[in-house]
Amino acid sequence: MKRRYTYFPGCSILGTGRACEESTRAVFAELGVELDDLDDWNCCGATAYMSVDEHKALALAARNLALADTRECAELTTPCSGCYLVLNKTQRYMEEYPRVGDKVKCALKDAGLNYTGRVRVRHMLDILVHDIGLDEVRKHVKRPLKNAKIAPYYGCQTVRPYLDFDHQHYPMTIDRLAEALGATPTHFPLKTRCCGGSQMGTLPNVAQRLCYAILREARRQGANLILSVCPLCHFNLDSYQPDIKSRFGEDVSITTMYYTQLVGLAFGMDPETLGLHRNMTWDGSWLEREILAGAPA
Amino acid sequence: MTGFQKTAGNGRQGARGGEEIRIGFYVCHCGMNIASLVDVAAVAKEAAKLPNVVVSREYKYMCSDPGQEFIMQDIRENRLNRIVVAACSPNLHEATFRGAVARGGINPYLFQMVNIREHGSWVHTDAAAATQKAIDQVRAAVARVAKHRVLERRRMEVNPSVLVVGGGIAGITAALNLADAGKKVYLVEREPTIGGHMAKYDKTFPTLDCAACILTPKMSAVREHPNITLWTYSEVVKVDGHVGKFHVTVKRKPRYIDEETCVGCLECISACVFKAPKFEDEFNEGLGKRKPIYIPFPQAVPPLVTIDPETCLKFKTGKCKSPCETVCDRKAVDFTQTERFEEIDVGAVIVATGFKAFDVTRLPIYGYGLYDNVYTALEVERMVTSSGPTGGEITLRDGRVPKSIGIIHCVGSRDKKTNRWCSRVCCMYSLKLAHLLREHTGADVYQFYIDMRCPGKGYDEFYERMLDEGVQMIRGRAAEVTDWTMSPEEEGKLVVRVEDTLAAYVRRIPVDMVVLSTGMEPAAGAEEIRRMFNISCSTEGFFLEKHPKLAPVETATAGVFIAGCCQGPKDIPDTVGQAGAAAAQALALIDKGYVEMEPNTSYIDADDCSGCKSCIPLCPYKAIAFDEASKKAVINEALCTGCGTCVASCPSGSISQNLFEDDQIFSEIEEVLSHV
Amino acid sequence: MDTTTRHIKYQADCDPTFAPAIKSIPGCEKLDSCIQCGTCSGICPLSIYMDMPPRRIMNLVRYGFKREVMNSNTVWLCSACYACTVECPRQIKVTDVMYALKQMAIKERLYPKRFPMVVLANQFYKMVRHRGRMNEIHLVTRLYLLTNWLKLLEMARLGIELIRRGRFSVKPDNIERIGELHAILDYEKHYPEKEAPAK
Repeated sequence: MKRRYTYFPGCSILGTGRACEESTRAVFAELGVELDDLDDWNCCGATAYMSVDEHKALALAARNLALADTRECAELTTPCSGCYLVLNKTQRYMEEYPRVGDKVKCALKDAGLNYTGRVRVRHMLDILVHDIGLDEVRKHVKRPLKNAKIAPYYGCQTVRPYLDFDHQHYPMTIDRLAEALGATPTHFPLKTRCCGGSQMGTLPNVAQRLCYAILREARRQGANLILSVCPLCHFNLDSYQPDIKSRFGEDVSITTMYYTQLVGLAFGMDPETLGLHRNMTWDGSWLEREILAGAPA
Repeated sequence: MTGFQKTAGNGRQGARGGEEIRIGFYVCHCGMNIASLVDVAAVAKEAAKLPNVVVSREYKYMCSDPGQEFIMQDIRENRLNRIVVAACSPNLHEATFRGAVARGGINPYLFQMVNIREHGSWVHTDAAAATQKAIDQVRAAVARVAKHRVLERRRMEVNPSVLVVGGGIAGITAALNLADAGKKVYLVEREPTIGGHMAKYDKTFPTLDCAACILTPKMSAVREHPNITLWTYSEVVKVDGHVGKFHVTVKRKPRYIDEETCVGCLECISACVFKAPKFEDEFNEGLGKRKPIYIPFPQAVPPLVTIDPETCLKFKTGKCKSPCETVCDRKAVDFTQTERFEEIDVGAVIVATGFKAFDVTRLPIYGYGLYDNVYTALEVERMVTSSGPTGGEITLRDGRVPKSIGIIHCVGSRDKKTNRWCSRVCCMYSLKLAHLLREHTGADVYQFYIDMRCPGKGYDEFYERMLDEGVQMIRGRAAEVTDWTMSPEEEGKLVVRVEDTLAAYVRRIPVDMVVLSTGMEPAAGAEEIRRMFNISCSTEGFFLEKHPKLAPVETATAGVFIAGCCQGPKDIPDTVGQAGAAAAQALALIDKGYVEMEPNTSYIDADDCSGCKSCIPLCPYKAIAFDEASKKAVINEALCTGCGTCVASCPSGSISQNLFEDDQIFSEIEEVLSHV
Repeated sequence: MDTTTRHIKYQADCDPTFAPAIKSIPGCEKLDSCIQCGTCSGICPLSIYMDMPPRRIMNLVRYGFKREVMNSNTVWLCSACYACTVECPRQIKVTDVMYALKQMAIKERLYPKRFPMVVLANQFYKMVRHRGRMNEIHLVTRLYLLTNWLKLLEMARLGIELIRRGRFSVKPDNIERIGELHAILDYEKHYPEKEAPAK
């Protein structure tokens, strides 16, 4: 039975988040899931649009939901946690606040789009662990990652404020996924603490310190790998480790990966296919030494 | 005072037996409450024109003595035989006016009250429409009252015994008060011992009295009192009947110990095959361990041992030498015991089932269960008490003595995500725990609070004392408890992150131990108990009192009283106060000796009854029975409360209800609609 | 030399239209039930950089201290992580209040000039309106050119790394039916005025 989902890529996928999409498509294809790109999707608006005007922000995101409505498939998914939050919030606010929601619906109708709100917005981690299931994932594992000690980093947009597939304060989905891949998840108290998001571009001293805390704690808990589920979180944790070292005087270097990159590695896929060479903290020989040493080929 | 009087006139239309109906009508201004919107003069004028109305008056306060005098005088002077009063809600003054009517010399049920305040002036804004509505209501009532018949209240004897459900300080106080007054009391408690939560505390605020020292004499008094039958390890399972005559079934759970012969020497516990205690000790909040055969605490009342079949080897595997049985020289151990049921008759019931502490696993951000050294307030009470599982030593789960302690207020209180209400006692017991913890360990103690609520006698003074003792008060609701550290001083500790709103800084405070001041919730099983006794509850689940200010211990069900934390969070002084109040109310009921039942009961016309039995299962009070001999349904008037369900359901229309007869209701409807 | 300043606030300093205007924006209705417990500030990872923590902002909004709120950097430090919204014991959507304040600040131009977050929001807005999608490199370039172009030099290392790894996309991405998007975004123009803010 082939599973199908309508797929919303999001803007970061085309640029800095390229590896996230490469690994996502590779892994989900391996698991027999079809991802139908949403035709002519537009930017969800992220945090910026809601900072400017709430009508326009809802209208912008709602166009995507209305486009998804025309598809047969009832579920829309995205690899970006930020887009997941915005689409979810838009859907709820359209119903909870009819004063704004009805206007947006009229606007969409005027442009020829019918908004029904029937599409369910799902996070891809949720689909991987609950729809496909960890038993199925385990079947595809060819390289159990026995030496990987993983600090699972969910970030804020995945869990707050609308998390319907896990515990909001101490989620365990990535932890269980890591175990299914043969790795060991560590206790990680900062697993849902914000990394700074788009503040990294505007107030680097602030955002870098937030990432510093996360990286430092992951190392303190004994992890040799941080796994994240959001392209922006991954970018922040991955790209600024040298800056953080010089700013705060402490070496917090640790390998970071987008979660499907690790899943793909466990499935025996080639690192290039998974875009691992695009990660800043990628070190091919490290993989051999640290993660794959002693593991069956 | 203006009024219209008719002399002779059209009091011709008789109701039953050609009786001439003569109606007196009164409309109340209720100060400005009614008169500010409804034109009461116009109402009185219209009423005077209605058929059978002989007297029509308006007055400022009908419920006052002069107002009632008018009714009584008019009855005598004008030979009135029906009265209608248009005023406030019958809930308030129907009884008042019925009393006046009776004192005037006619049957009080030849009276009808019209609500033109709660149904009129208080809910409308259009004066003309409200006045017209009042006139319509009055016309209906005047037509109806002509069809009222004489009815008499029934008297039921009250059984002089009382059932007290719950053996905490509330139940104990109420039981002792009643027993001292010479009444027979059954005290039923579901735990193996009485004492409730108070038995777990070390010292009580603000006097720092030892809880056990003040409680145990009362517990002994209960045991010794000849008028109290104490049934512990027992639960109420069925309740039938009504005020004055409750028939209650109590399930006595098997202890597997003969209650008559056991003297509480505790030899059997020492002899148990488990050399060391292994199982979670409920009384000690899981901090200590117990054996399958145990006594909750040494001063338990009754001083009996109990065997837990869930953990005892004899029950789990069938194979045990049972040295407990052999070592007992009184032959008190009896593995063949089964649960027994006792049925009792009582006249009144006091429900004092207490509370349960908030389940802190619902607030994972405070780390209970995730981090070892996060404790609940009840756990700390057991630790701090010298007769507790640690002998009064405050040691963390890893054996260290804490040097810094954080006490977090409002855990599970004042929080829309968990419990919205304030649990009233937590600020005070947090201060008390701060004092005790400092006394035992010399640690630095931090209090994280939103407001400091110290309203009682000596409470604010206690707060000042804690300030003087150097307890650090941080006004800010603790945002999280985490083991994430950012500096060497935080290593190995739990960090509380909080905004100190008074100092205006966000602070990270590392502590060795975190204490969560948990709020109060309705007790486990409260839902089942209240359904059995027909007690309503408010949105939080606490039992609902009859009136929040004027009747805090009565319920909407006559004869059932509530006391203590089952009604809402409160401290020990207020609990004892309520228990005394409930005992007094129960005493008033019993000493009067009888209750008067309202006559608005239903009755069946046997000729019309077809024996279809539709009504029987519908009666919420089980007042209808099927008479096999006549093959007809029969209503037990004593149990009927006049809810009207059977009347509406009867397919053959053979059930009617006093005071709500068909002709009475139809006449009202016709008159209300007549001007439409 | 006397450098002391007087800080008292008179009632005339309060703007009575401020709170109703904020409360009329979706999500901000329950602003009044704040009990100032400080949980939002306590859990916020960025509150330690704000000149006024979120809790104080809630109070100042409630009582009309518009100028003080708009002069603070609080809303521009908020990363919308929703921790405050989730933890608030009164279930006030604090994040939405922050968004509402950002919207008001941008509409009424009450923000510090060249404050980076404002520039980012405005540029993002324009770019998406123009093309329907956002290009990170374009956005970041514009951001630094408009705020502090020296930053571009600082970012050079990162830029080179991104180019090396194929993550540096300069080709702007456009959606096909941009006219449809414009029609939807501009719809408000045909609508009557927004209702008066709730009292």
